[in-house]
Amino acid sequence: MDGPVPTLLVEDLKTYFFTRAGIVKAVDGLNFAIYPGKILGLVGESGSGKSVTAFSIIGLVDPPGRVVGGRILFKGRNISDFSKEQIRRMRGGAISMIFQDSITALNPVLRIDTQLIESIRAHRKINNIDARKKAIEALTHVGIPSPEVRLKSYPHQFSGGMRQRAAIAIAMLNEPSLIIADEPTTALDVTIQAQILFEMQKLCREKMTSLIWITHDLTVVAGLADDICVMYAGRSVEYGSVADVLDRPLHPYTVGLIGSVPSRIRRGRPLYQIPGMTPCLLNLPAGCAFRERCDRADAICRRSPGISVPIPGRYVRCHHPFLE
Amino acid sequence: MTLPLIELRQVTKLFVSEMDLAAKIAKGIGLSAPREVVHAVDQVDLEVRQGEIVGLVGESGCGKSTLGRIVAGLLQPTKGSIFFDGREISGLKRRESKETALKIQMIFQDPFSSLNPRMRIGDIIGEAPLIHGIVERSEINEYTDRLMLQCGLDPNSKGLYPHQFSGGQRQRIAIARALAVKPEFLVCDEVVSALDVSIQAQVLNLFITLRRELGLTSIFISHNLAVVENVSDKVAIMYLGRIVEQAETEELFDHPLHPYTQALLKEVPSLEKRHMNFLPINGEVPSPIDPPSGCHFHPRCPRLISRCRIERPALHEIMPNHFVACHNPLEEE
Repeated sequence: MDGPVPTLLVEDLKTYFFTRAGIVKAVDGLNFAIYPGKILGLVGESGSGKSVTAFSIIGLVDPPGRVVGGRILFKGRNISDFSKEQIRRMRGGAISMIFQDSITALNPVLRIDTQLIESIRAHRKINNIDARKKAIEALTHVGIPSPEVRLKSYPHQFSGGMRQRAAIAIAMLNEPSLIIADEPTTALDVTIQAQILFEMQKLCREKMTSLIWITHDLTVVAGLADDICVMYAGRSVEYGSVADVLDRPLHPYTVGLIGSVPSRIRRGRPLYQIPGMTPCLLNLPAGCAFRERCDRADAICRRSPGISVPIPGRYVRCHHPFLE
Repeated sequence: MTLPLIELRQVTKLFVSEMDLAAKIAKGIGLSAPREVVHAVDQVDLEVRQGEIVGLVGESGCGKSTLGRIVAGLLQPTKGSIFFDGREISGLKRRESKETALKIQMIFQDPFSSLNPRMRIGDIIGEAPLIHGIVERSEINEYTDRLMLQCGLDPNSKGLYPHQFSGGQRQRIAIARALAVKPEFLVCDEVVSALDVSIQAQVLNLFITLRRELGLTSIFISHNLAVVENVSDKVAIMYLGRIVEQAETEELFDHPLHPYTQALLKEVPSLEKRHMNFLPINGEVPSPIDPPSGCHFHPRCPRLISRCRIERPALHEIMPNHFVACHNPLEEE
């Protein structure tokens, strides 16, 4: 895609954890691009490396982990080289993150207004009164009723859904160019999830914010995202538009994942089970990490597959993809 | 017409808050100190026939877990009765209820906290049948082996501890444990909600296979509509302690008649719905401490009429086997 600069371009990202038990290759080859106003679904199950990806982008990988390879280009600038101070200034400002567990994202001993105002004032020169106005606006946008009153609450006085919405409000406060959301609605009810997705969609459309939505729920990605990147054992195995990946999946893991989702069309029929289990990241099989669970695997698969690009904007990492 | 295996009649469960010091003082000097009452379950009627899987769906605070625990005997209802195989079991004395307790087993959501971390899984599964004399000590190993195989577990892992297994495997251990006492009825409370999608598929398939092989009857509680649709014969939708709609699965999902059900179904994402326009239901779920008058759903209902604010709608059979509690239900197409 030439023309607009991608908000974020990730090239062959590798983040390893150097533990006493061995090297955990949490992310071992990840590629994707996301453009202004677009939503990317980063899909994978436990252990796929999707959360570590988010932390790598935003500079929150702590020792014994570190980014060991690849480039992260934010609006064309390589941020994997940034100093701690440069990243800190970016975090919460140009790039913000919504964590999976709202309890840990919010400071339990500070009132909601303090946390919002603190975040606003950390990234721009603004007085308290105007900051408070912005905070009320932000809470309204995420659908929290009676925001002026709610501002004075502590996180524990909010329900789970409201806390998550407050965390989203904080992420949206400084009008970031990129928001990374890590499973923000997994623990929430369908109606609360709909509310949150509604707000996020609106934000992306109105402010041209890019959104990376990390989840293992393919159905949310189907409804929300423009593009999808599937991760398995630390590697991106498939990438493309939602329509392409969900209707014409190329990678056997993607096919298996789609088959596992209960759907109305296949009501009453047993769900497809991917045989075996996700490998332990300390002990990945050589070559393709999926080969022990794949019925298309053969001797070639003992060599790591490279990326094949059948059409621009689409790729798969597999020796035996489902190509026509 | 055979009797249903489980029948709930007007089951109600109230949770009353404890009086704090201020309230006790107020009471002591003759002032009224209203205590908070949560109507967790509010006059629920439900029948489960032999061999049926009834899906119980609703959002946080709707009372489905509380109802599950009441059926499983972990909580006593405040009012109403529960019948098991024609006999009333609510409020039974301890000695009599032990027999029934074995027949009704429960499986919980969290595979990490529902297994004793200090017991080997062979013992976790074998403990109850031994104690209750269902199996002789000489046969317990073979019995446990068979159960584990049936649930897709390797019998050689009998000596391992729960933390050595994944979430999906632990859920299978929990299922094996429940099956070990030869129950007739299972209450499953969000048993796949904590699992990854592909593991969820494994556990759901296991569940359906077991149902076929053992003729198990079950209540399957979940907030995930797609999962419930996949597994249940009949579905009941709960809102703030009440059942608002109930029908056979296909009928309910194809023709929802209650406005809440319809809105809920519209908001559920699925693989086929692309670029969804998320249109959340208006308003917030009210607090169960102070629920709205009349029909609990009325403040958020697009089909509100004046009667809805005043009169609680009764659950009645609008179409054969399709029950709705609504004064202004949707039209059947």
